[in-house]
Amino acid sequence: MSAPPLLSVEALHRHFGALAALGGITLAVSPRERRAIIGPNGAGKTTLFNVIAGQLAPSRGRVLLSGEPIAGLSPHAVARRGIARSFQRTNLFLGLSILENLRLAAAADGRGSYNLLGRGARRRGKQLARARETAEAVGLTARLDERVGRLSYGEQRQLEVGVALASGPKLLLLDEPTAGMSPEETERMTRMLERLPREVTMLIIEHDMDVVASLADRVTVLHYGEVLTEGAFDEVRADPRVYEVYLGQA
Amino acid sequence: MTEAGSTGGRARVVAGAAGAAALFAAIAAFPLVAGNYPVKLLQEILVWGVFAMSLDLLMGRAGMVSFGHSAFFGVGGYVAALSLAKAPGLASALALPALAAAVAAVVIGFFSIRASGVYFIMLTLAFSQMFYAVTFQAAWLGAEDGLVGVPRPVVPGVDLGRSLAFHLYLVGLVGLAALVLVRVARSPFGHVLRGIFENEARMEALGYPVARYKLIAFAVAGTVAGIAGALYTQLTGSITPDAFLWTTSGEALLMVIIGGIGTLGGAVLGAATFILLQSLVSSYTERWMLILGLTFVLFVLFAPGGIAGALRGRIGLRA
Repeated sequence: MSAPPLLSVEALHRHFGALAALGGITLAVSPRERRAIIGPNGAGKTTLFNVIAGQLAPSRGRVLLSGEPIAGLSPHAVARRGIARSFQRTNLFLGLSILENLRLAAAADGRGSYNLLGRGARRRGKQLARARETAEAVGLTARLDERVGRLSYGEQRQLEVGVALASGPKLLLLDEPTAGMSPEETERMTRMLERLPREVTMLIIEHDMDVVASLADRVTVLHYGEVLTEGAFDEVRADPRVYEVYLGQA
Repeated sequence: MTEAGSTGGRARVVAGAAGAAALFAAIAAFPLVAGNYPVKLLQEILVWGVFAMSLDLLMGRAGMVSFGHSAFFGVGGYVAALSLAKAPGLASALALPALAAAVAAVVIGFFSIRASGVYFIMLTLAFSQMFYAVTFQAAWLGAEDGLVGVPRPVVPGVDLGRSLAFHLYLVGLVGLAALVLVRVARSPFGHVLRGIFENEARMEALGYPVARYKLIAFAVAGTVAGIAGALYTQLTGSITPDAFLWTTSGEALLMVIIGGIGTLGGAVLGAATFILLQSLVSSYTERWMLILGLTFVLFVLFAPGGIAGALRGRIGLRA
């Protein structure tokens, strides 16, 4: 924890009218860390992701990536600085193939994308190689030319992570990657995430405590838009307040 | 990409190129075997084909349904008329109209692409109607009568007043425009447009400045539409405010839909269907719009992929 943080969120607020979805969140994520964000529904987890990734502007507070302020930038500007995210509700290019989905992500640095008349053959080879590599990393090696709209839900969730990963981010935000999955699919997704390279720092929203236990170095608990507590998984689990928050919801 | 790798795919590409070349030659040689009226119809189809293709680049690639594409057709047409009257060279016939249409597209696009869906449609429509209102009133543009008696361009050594020379000039330019549009659609830029068509928000989240790509697409489509307008002026020798009217945009939209959205080549087939139907039916009855409307309904219901889709065997009721 001695390295300067890759991501710092400082006193971040986001209001929707009178509702404070984020009521002053502060947290720091070190490079190579895998941090889980947990909390009951409505705790502000996805809003936090939306503000970090630029889909929402903060009402107040700062977000720094490697010390540089990024809060309020547009999503594409945030992405170009090295943050990629997956979505809680699958958000893919349904009419394109698996490979094309991954290639669009692999080409997201935008280099050569203003080439209107050429074929971009040289870059295309590199992008396809990167797309295939990512397909392997997320366990989608078969049926690379299949239209994504025809894939099973579980496969679409794998690709959802793959598309975020293929852009080569420094920081990967995963919003409930196992949402709606069967136990077998969840198990497979967890193993897949474990195998991802450590260079990719990971921030993951997750409800499944087994997934959190096997993936996260540290856990931050959100409750009503504020950080309730933070620590290693076992510390957090032993905290009676966390127990109460979850039990209160059930 | 997968088909290019296989030998069967390569054979298909070669066959496609040979077919396109043969078609091109047949179109170029058409005046040798046909009379004035069929040639005129063919030329009209070609010019409208370019216009419809340029709209299809927007609709079929980037998913931007514009109802104001006539603005660029009209700007190209009027600028060609004005500049050809002053100096009948190729700069007047093509370069200036293209440039003017490009500028108009960048300005209109800058404001319109901020909106999407029905708001984008309304904004583009409003801009094109503004042009209509202005030209309809402007005495120096001939007001409602437009500009007539526009001379054809003079190319050194060739007299484009001669009908065969003009035909070849037209066919060559239309072929060039088609080639450029197909290349843009297949370029890395075109690939980004496909992504925007499929899922704009995800493209933005991946790091693509979506608005910039959309503006470029809008400018390219507008420029080509401007060239179509310039060719239309040269074909008919005149241009009227009707070029700006929303029906001009609507007809191009119908051509694209009848031909098959997103196929480029289909847009030309759509233009051919539209214009042949118009000339055929209107010689029998005044109610040709009714026939056209019915045709359109039948296409949307039974061949949603348009003519191009039907040729690929996708006929049947939409699920």
